[in-house]
Amino acid sequence: MNNIASLRFFLPESVLTIAVLAMFVQDLLVRHSPRRVTMLTAGALFWLALTALATWLTPTGKFPLFGGLLMHDPLRIFFAWLFLSATLLTIIIVPRSKQISSARLGEFLALLFTLVLGMFLMASATDLLLVYLSIEMVSLVSYVLTGFRRADRKANEAALKYVIFGGVASGVMLYGISILYGLFGTTRVIGAGGIGAQLADVTSRLFLAHAFGGQPAAQLALVVAVVFMLAGVGYKIAAVPFHMWSPDVYEGAPTPFTAFLSVGPKAAGFAVAIRFFFAAFEKQVPGGGYVQVGDLPWPAIIGIISAISMTLGNLTAIVQSNIKRMLAYSSIAHAGYLLMGLAAASTAGVQAILIYLIVYVLMNVGAFLVVIAVSRETGGEDIKDFRGLGTRAPIAAMALIIFLFSLTGIPPFAGFAGKYLIFAAVVQKGGFWNVLLAVIGVLNSAVSLFYYARIIKAMYLEEAVDTRPFEVPGVYTGLLVALSVPVIALGVYWEPLVRWAAAAFGGVPAL
Amino acid sequence: MDHPTTSTLLTWMTFLPLMGAALILCVVGLRAMGVVQKAMADQIHRVLALVASGAVLILAVVLWRAFDPTNPSVQFVQHAPWIPVFNIEYFVGVDGISITLVMLTALISFIATIASMPWWPGNAHLDEHHFTQKGVAGYMALLLLLQTGMTGVFVSLDLFLFYVFWEVMLLPMYFLIGIWGGPRKEYAAIKFFLYTLAGSVLMLLAIIGLYYNGSDGHGHHTFDMLKLATWGRLTGFADAPLVLGFSFVHAAWIALFIGFAIKIPMFPFHTWLPDAHVEAPTPISVILAGVLLKMGIYGILRINYAILPQATKWAATAMAVFGTINIVYAAFVCLAQKDLKRMIAYSSVSHMGFCLLGMSAFTQQGIDGAVLNLWTHGLISPMLFLIAGVIYDRAHHRNIEGFGGLAQQVPEYAGLMGLAFFASLGLPGLCGFVSEFTVFLGSLVQWQTLTIISASAVIITAAYYLWAMQRMMLGTLNPLYQSLPDVNWRERLTLYPLGALIILFGFYPKAILDLIEISLRNLIQPLQ
Repeated sequence: MNNIASLRFFLPESVLTIAVLAMFVQDLLVRHSPRRVTMLTAGALFWLALTALATWLTPTGKFPLFGGLLMHDPLRIFFAWLFLSATLLTIIIVPRSKQISSARLGEFLALLFTLVLGMFLMASATDLLLVYLSIEMVSLVSYVLTGFRRADRKANEAALKYVIFGGVASGVMLYGISILYGLFGTTRVIGAGGIGAQLADVTSRLFLAHAFGGQPAAQLALVVAVVFMLAGVGYKIAAVPFHMWSPDVYEGAPTPFTAFLSVGPKAAGFAVAIRFFFAAFEKQVPGGGYVQVGDLPWPAIIGIISAISMTLGNLTAIVQSNIKRMLAYSSIAHAGYLLMGLAAASTAGVQAILIYLIVYVLMNVGAFLVVIAVSRETGGEDIKDFRGLGTRAPIAAMALIIFLFSLTGIPPFAGFAGKYLIFAAVVQKGGFWNVLLAVIGVLNSAVSLFYYARIIKAMYLEEAVDTRPFEVPGVYTGLLVALSVPVIALGVYWEPLVRWAAAAFGGVPAL
Repeated sequence: MDHPTTSTLLTWMTFLPLMGAALILCVVGLRAMGVVQKAMADQIHRVLALVASGAVLILAVVLWRAFDPTNPSVQFVQHAPWIPVFNIEYFVGVDGISITLVMLTALISFIATIASMPWWPGNAHLDEHHFTQKGVAGYMALLLLLQTGMTGVFVSLDLFLFYVFWEVMLLPMYFLIGIWGGPRKEYAAIKFFLYTLAGSVLMLLAIIGLYYNGSDGHGHHTFDMLKLATWGRLTGFADAPLVLGFSFVHAAWIALFIGFAIKIPMFPFHTWLPDAHVEAPTPISVILAGVLLKMGIYGILRINYAILPQATKWAATAMAVFGTINIVYAAFVCLAQKDLKRMIAYSSVSHMGFCLLGMSAFTQQGIDGAVLNLWTHGLISPMLFLIAGVIYDRAHHRNIEGFGGLAQQVPEYAGLMGLAFFASLGLPGLCGFVSEFTVFLGSLVQWQTLTIISASAVIITAAYYLWAMQRMMLGTLNPLYQSLPDVNWRERLTLYPLGALIILFGFYPKAILDLIEISLRNLIQPLQ
């Protein structure tokens, strides 16, 4: 589709672009108003609602935009809604968190919208250059927001580490992209002449092998390029071995942003991975399934990363005493579970990932929200600060129990549905390695109980040092209830999740 | 659908406790608004718990009277679609394998609820630090939630539903041990949780495998246990691919078995049990021993035996050997215990070994004995734990060596203890004897050596019980306990019914055997 015609389908991104500019202006306008926080939040919510409206009004369909730079399909819309939800939660959480000074709230929100724009682009990019640019857009803003509290030494350290690791990862990714360009002579993944089409075509594969002095050499170059590409994606989703930044960043960043970081960019990273691998190395066959083209063992590479991520994430989480660091390692482990779905390399696997991402937004943001509520009262973020929470803030504690058991994957909470579907996708694919991966996955979820239960133990089983009840803002209590009800409801009845995911990818439930 | 809905009784039995728990939460809300005082609210919570679990007990009696023991198929079926995309159904029903356990759950839960009342009502100074005074609302709500989970496990005939109930039960148990338990409660609670979860996640993989490799006979995957059982009996999952180098049935059997063996608990997975029992408050120990341990054996019968008969045959020897190890090893461990509750806990391990031995023989008597043993042990072990609770509430320790001559001071207690001990060691005339004898009768034809070894271990059982009895009850009275009060009315309400049932089924086990026989005959028929 040509550029002008494409604009119709680029409406959400256009609105977001205007929103970013408008929010900086708005910040200047209300700078001296006593009701600054309310007005800024209302402004942000307004622009978010407008973006949601634009997303809702975007016509459905499945075709490339801007000559193949972007792909317009239900998957893109699915991720748009996911990002909008995460953003909505963050906007509601930020003002009362005591972590962003009201003088700089406007700046924070405008940057947040920039980040969301980047994520929207990540979710639809089908050209490697645009993939790179959108990832960089998300990364650069993330660095700034991580170091947002300039006076905080931890925030500075975190931001610096983030920049350095990010720089390396994106450099490596760029190198991978350049190798791919060298191999295929294009950065387009889709369309005629794109990477996917070239790999699917026997003649061009032979040509490729010939040009590189034989099949083994071409294969090696391709594997190296893909692994390098993975550096960029793995860095966004915090998968081993590109995870090193995450504990420090999670700890140093303002907690509302940490909550956002743990669900938004991670989901966007999965969007890129799903799109890239399924467009380049898989071909859709009649009936809706996918078959692999070329002979690149990408599911094996993903499977190995997945197994290591969840094992390392879970084992390291056990010894953490700072709850944000613990949740950082837990999020590395969850990247591992999610990658299992990708390693299944099937429609069912992708649908399971999408379902898991929905659930993950609910339960992870919920868990961070309780952390914020506790730290704004006690000033601490250690497990010992949660002692006696069961009596000090019963609703928050009860909600955290629900989120933590859901993260562990225990029924009747929604996390179980997500995990069940991921395991089911891997078992359905079958074969020695997939079953082994499933076994590693389930044992890991048993291990994860150990550290999640440490928080529960502190809240309920241990005697509190300080037993004074503390105040949780009404908006937080409301939000906690609003998040925990769907975690239970979708855990008991998760058919809607399956339908949504099927509508976004594959059309019909594939499990 | 092959089994149309015929009754909603089981759904009521399962979810009545949950409704009770919801009502308790409402009262908590009223209390937060200041409508009721704390003391009043606590009483309401207790009454609600008693009413809910009492109602379930009445329904259990109705179920027992209406159950047709001559009908080999499942009864009281309720069927409803749940997650149609995956063919997951809400499908409950009972047959001879589960009927006794559903009744047992109702009975033991009610007794445990009575045992959760203030132990010496009216004497505030005695009650003050008792676990029954702490967080009453939470305790009662969790107890009811636990009952829902347990009943659900026994009535589900859909694997997915079964798994959900199986897991749901862990959460209240974790908190009940962890919050209201003894000095090492945190350790015991997390150990229980981790062990069981590690087992059940493997079970989950096996269930997914059964789903994808099984069929309902019309080309659809299914979680329906009865359809999978038909499929397994007819095809033996012969088309299923290898799993990690094992044939599918063997791999699935092992994964399921480990999950269940942890719950039984079978050596070497038994180490969570003594810790959980010792730290848990008395009513929770009662439920643990009376109901939770039965789930392991039930799961093996319901899933491993019914769906994977070929692999069950293949693993028979291993089951028998592990059963024997359980019986003999745990009996010796009992002999070395100084803590009364720990000794009783290990005796449970030993007695669950009888079930494994009996059911692995694939004879009618063997499997009848195994299921009968679930029932008799389900009556005896709760009584034993209540007995241990009585003395702990008074003396605040359970060290067997620390007593002496109590029989003169508390004769009624000594008599009840004697009854429970003799029932557990297998005295003829009490129900423990019947089930052990039936197990040995059934297993002797198949496993001669193992049966002889196991039967000899009964002597050890007698030894540790009699020795404990001697040290605690006989001899000169320890001067510390000169004013020890005898059992009170709350305790009588829990102990006498159990004692009466123990004697009743010692003389008339046919009441139970009639219920289970036909279903079990059909169950082992493909195995012979």
